[in-house]
Amino acid sequence: MRSASPGDTPRPSGREPAVEIHGLVKRYGPKTAVDGLDLTVATGGVTAVLGPNGAGKTTTIETCEGYRRPDAGTVRVLGLDPVADSAALRPRVGVMLQSGGIYAGARAEEMLRHTASLHAHPLDVDALVERLGLGSCGRTAYRRLSGGQQQRLSLAMAVVGRPELVFLDEPTAGLDPQARHATWDLVRELRTDGVTVVLTTHYMDEAEQLADDVAIVDGGKVIAQGTPEELCRGGAENSLRFTGRAGLDVASLLKALPDGSAAVELAPGAYRVNGTIDPQLLATVTSWCAQHGVMPDRITVERHTLEDVFLELTGRELRA
Amino acid sequence: MTTGTFTPRPGAAPLSRMIRAQAALETRMLLRNGEQLLLTVVIPTLLLVLFSAVDIVDTGGGKAVDFLAPGVLALAVMSTAFTGQAIATGFERRYGVLKRLGASPLPRWGLMTAKTCSVLVTEVLQIALLTAIAFALGWSPHGNPLSAALLLLLGTAAFSGLGLLMAGTLKAEATLAAANLVFLLLLVGGGVIVPLEKFPDAARAVLELLPISALSGGLRDVLRDGAGVPWADLGILAAWAAAGLGAAGRFFRWE
Repeated sequence: MRSASPGDTPRPSGREPAVEIHGLVKRYGPKTAVDGLDLTVATGGVTAVLGPNGAGKTTTIETCEGYRRPDAGTVRVLGLDPVADSAALRPRVGVMLQSGGIYAGARAEEMLRHTASLHAHPLDVDALVERLGLGSCGRTAYRRLSGGQQQRLSLAMAVVGRPELVFLDEPTAGLDPQARHATWDLVRELRTDGVTVVLTTHYMDEAEQLADDVAIVDGGKVIAQGTPEELCRGGAENSLRFTGRAGLDVASLLKALPDGSAAVELAPGAYRVNGTIDPQLLATVTSWCAQHGVMPDRITVERHTLEDVFLELTGRELRA
Repeated sequence: MTTGTFTPRPGAAPLSRMIRAQAALETRMLLRNGEQLLLTVVIPTLLLVLFSAVDIVDTGGGKAVDFLAPGVLALAVMSTAFTGQAIATGFERRYGVLKRLGASPLPRWGLMTAKTCSVLVTEVLQIALLTAIAFALGWSPHGNPLSAALLLLLGTAAFSGLGLLMAGTLKAEATLAAANLVFLLLLVGGGVIVPLEKFPDAARAVLELLPISALSGGLRDVLRDGAGVPWADLGILAAWAAAGLGAAGRFFRWE
């Protein structure tokens, strides 16, 4: 797919990482914002950098964008140094800042057209305006746009130059659900078309919905990284609950279950099975119930979410 | 939009196209801003018309407009290169515009070149307007237009350096207040509408070293009195330009 692109900037065909960060340290005065952070972002796909406010997400991203010089450690973006090789990198990387970045008096479409004009092969501005629902406010000055419109304009500016890699710093912060979904759809489309996306978020569901790879950041370090499934599996066991007749033979049920499982009657008629909850185990439980003439009511599967994982790793709620 | 729309195809536009686009955008922003127009067009025009028509300030012998037109041209340069540019750039810095442009393919020096082009375009429009009004008021300029152009260019460089120094180091609100205050003070004490001869000798010796005095005085020497190349005034402006641009280059903060 990538090799089908007729872009005139030669791109290496290998799949070396899009971003490689080793031991990044960044201090602001006495405060250490990033404290020995390691992160590798594979080329292609969506990577979410997830963490609470103040975890060091923005500092990390802005170091990749060339805005900050590391106090220690190395950062490579598309194999290049973000500060020293800035001129070579800037056309290839799309940037969406957390806020601002646009002339207060500039009209939405004017600003997008201007950004497009700084690139050699920009997207079709009219189509992009249409795609992001900015058509109705194309002639509106930036300062008069709603928060959601400002975010979408900023997102459009990040992608209009047809970059290989985009950094989106909290792209859906403060958006209503509809606008969030529109943004998610665009991120998925970027991914499908072979753009590497790195986004920061403090929304769990955003990371779960969008990301191929999630890096959980806390206290200036990556404390866990993996696919959402891997991270959820890595935590404590998952569980399945159902209700039925009181006093079922739990020992018999346990015999039917795979090794390492547990079954307990929490309260009369309320049962919980712990273990690796997969479709096979669910089938085992229901067929055991069928054999014993039990109608299992209210079956619920409790799988760990990233929220649980985060709580376990840090002992804190992600969203204050 | 269909599949493949976003397939990467990165690349910077040619440098000249980027700078032209940026200069055009900056100029549009400036001409669209009401407060900026008040400063760059309305105030110089009003001063020129008012003080030419009504004998409020004693401008010495000769027609009032012959005294005022060079001063108002100097004021126009100061309003755009210094006050307007300082305020606009200060707020661009505050709102992250400079930061975001720093991530675009346009290099920083390209952005500064575009800003300079935008200032020069605005000045050409101001000078055309004010010159036309001055002629209508009976202005009869003398001297070599090239000397006047040289003064205007060096004045622009001096005021740009000072404006960018202010915008790149102070908070946006502080820049707004300070740039307006300096504009007002230099309007009064820089030989724009009030002849420097009206000030006591000691004050005058200092005021004559200001960039606005050098520009208005130099323009007056050439355009009213038909003097040759005003080396002293050009020297003062060149010194301010070197100091201002040097300090701005050293201390300007982009965020």
